[in-house]
Amino acid sequence: MITKIAFVRKKEIPPSAPPITEVGLIGWLRQNLFSSWLNSTLTVLSVYFIVIMLWDFIPWAYGGHWNTKSLRECLDLDPDVACFSVLTARWKQLLFGLYPAEEYWRPTLTFIFLLLAIVPILFPKFFRFFWFSIIYPGLAVWLLWGGSFWSISIVYIGLTLGALFFLTLIRRYLKNYMIAAILAFLFTAVFFLFISNPLVGLLNVILPISLPFVESLKMGGFTLSLIVGVTGIVASFPIGILLALGRQSNLPVIKMICVGFIEFIRGVPLITLLFVASVLLNYFLPPGTNFDIVLRVVIMVTLFSAAYMAEVIRGGLAGLPLGQHEASASLGLTYWQSQRLIIMPQALKISIPGIVNTFIGLFKDTTLVSIISLRDPVGLASTIRADQKWNGIYWELYVAIGLMFFIFCWGMSQYSQYLERKLKTDK
Amino acid sequence: MEKTKINITDEVAIHISDMNKWFGNFHVLRDINLEVRRGERIVVCGPSGSGKSTLIRCINRLEEHQKGSIIVDGTELTTDLKNIDKIRSEVGMVFQHFNLFPHLTTLENCTLAPMWVRETPEKEATEIAMEMLEKVKIPEQAHKYPGQLSGGQQQRVAIARSLCMKPRIMLFDEVTSALDPEMIKEVLDTMIQLAEEGMTMICVTHEMGFARQVADRVIFMDDGQIVEQNEPEEFFKNPKSDRTKLFLSQILGH
Ligand SMILES: Nc1ncnc2c1ncn2[C@@H]1O[C@H](COP(=O)(O)OP(=O)(O)OP(=O)(O)O)[C@@H](O)[C@H]1O
Ligand SMILES: [Mg+2]
Repeated sequence: MITKIAFVRKKEIPPSAPPITEVGLIGWLRQNLFSSWLNSTLTVLSVYFIVIMLWDFIPWAYGGHWNTKSLRECLDLDPDVACFSVLTARWKQLLFGLYPAEEYWRPTLTFIFLLLAIVPILFPKFFRFFWFSIIYPGLAVWLLWGGSFWSISIVYIGLTLGALFFLTLIRRYLKNYMIAAILAFLFTAVFFLFISNPLVGLLNVILPISLPFVESLKMGGFTLSLIVGVTGIVASFPIGILLALGRQSNLPVIKMICVGFIEFIRGVPLITLLFVASVLLNYFLPPGTNFDIVLRVVIMVTLFSAAYMAEVIRGGLAGLPLGQHEASASLGLTYWQSQRLIIMPQALKISIPGIVNTFIGLFKDTTLVSIISLRDPVGLASTIRADQKWNGIYWELYVAIGLMFFIFCWGMSQYSQYLERKLKTDK
Repeated sequence: MEKTKINITDEVAIHISDMNKWFGNFHVLRDINLEVRRGERIVVCGPSGSGKSTLIRCINRLEEHQKGSIIVDGTELTTDLKNIDKIRSEVGMVFQHFNLFPHLTTLENCTLAPMWVRETPEKEATEIAMEMLEKVKIPEQAHKYPGQLSGGQQQRVAIARSLCMKPRIMLFDEVTSALDPEMIKEVLDTMIQLAEEGMTMICVTHEMGFARQVADRVIFMDDGQIVEQNEPEEFFKNPKSDRTKLFLSQILGH
């Protein structure tokens, strides 16, 4: 039989609502959890596992003791529930390490200021408060370590004067950026070598503002994790960008230095670098130099994650079509303008997941400092367990520490997803 | 349509003499001699791989030549980065694949270079950008991102973006060959309009209708050499070289 090919529509079909099984809760369940036999089986199995896990965990955690004096006492009361008393007894230490108790307000304030200082960076809407993010590092150092207010402020004063000197040179007298930069550098160096100390002394006499000094070995707990983690994150990002650009550079020397650095750092475990920081560095430095241990650790962690950051960003750079470089060049933009306005914004956007991954990794890696006997939360956990009152406790401590880390890392991850959604410009 | 030739002046816009270029051992451009006068509209055609793109990319130094000289608006192209950036800011280029900046809106695409290279204040740059977007007939798309536009619209934005720098010379590299047929016309119309306003243009294209309508001169390239050049009328009616005849018969159909 021959089918007829010609066809003309006889009646128009008006649009109608989809069947009830395709919309609403039922529709969602059907589509997402029970779309096929395999999917349904997985759904049932997952629910089963979640239930048996919570079945034990909830009574354990919910019935937990908070106010006993030792693990022994907990076990005597009820051995099947959690003994959170260790947290009640030691939470201050987990948060502040050996920081003097009467000064706890300082790390607390530093943390609150940290939250305020990152807002202008995370949300462009508040960019007008960016000045606070700029002064924050100095403020944090002063609050945490204490000492004279002026010896921190002088750094800002010196740098500001140097920058002003540079700008004046450029605006009024010189066209050459290179020479202006060198002169400004010399100016700043002279300031710090000869002027800053007497000036600080003078200011201390006129208006003495200072906090009791707290040495680095007293820093610990989450305060230490945050000091190392946040500084590492903030510093490794720009270094990573420069390394990535350097690796793509046409200048062989710069390229070689960057490749060598990246490959070396990536090839060495972080623990090794931390050991170098804690022990070996003292051999190389002239005797008597007091190179702060926390600073040494921060430098190592920063270099380590900068190398990873560089590779992540290089991935983003490689993902950009050559046409973007050509288009910006053809408009007359200089190399740095084109990197800053065209290339980096796109490369960084592509690399967001990788960048945040590196940040999260860095933050969790701060726990490795316990190996060189700094007292981060994990290091403290061992100390606490060595106390005979709490000897034998595992879960309660590590669950609490894990939860704290999770909150920070999950926050970073959520922000990165928000950023990706916000920066989506196609469709 | 009657062609206007009154625009062409005696002033030399581009002077290329004995220019040679190699990619490694491969001799892409051989002894190129070309003089373009201000207001002149040139169409470059030739088979694939003949070096057309490379030639016009040498004019704004997206490719470096190894021998001979290229002088654009009186400035010779050397390794001096300042000269290169200056020439690039005065020579606009439109690419086959648009190369718009996807993270910026149409308007920002257009204002970016004037603001950073020419240091035009934002308000003025925006005015110029809107004027150019009107010229290419898409002012209503100013606040969209390139990813939200059709191919033809994107290419017109790319033209507007170049025009915002008020270039004295425009280079077009097969700007219609990535487009669907119905979009080719809107882009060609924009280019015709530019040509009629007296812009100095070098267009690599296979749109022979366009060549007939606006070109003052058609250049045929093969194997990295300029094989033949002539006024369009003559070029199409009486091609001299066999190579040109073959090419024209292939491209124009039988
Ligand atoms: N970066 C490069 N490295 C090596 N060879 C290249 C490079 N760019 C182009 N070529 C070669 O140079 C020759 C000329 O290329 P060009 O792009 O100028 O040709 P074209 O005439 O524009 O061709 P089409 O019509 O396909 O665009 C081609 O053989 C090409 O393979
Ligand atoms: Mg080409």
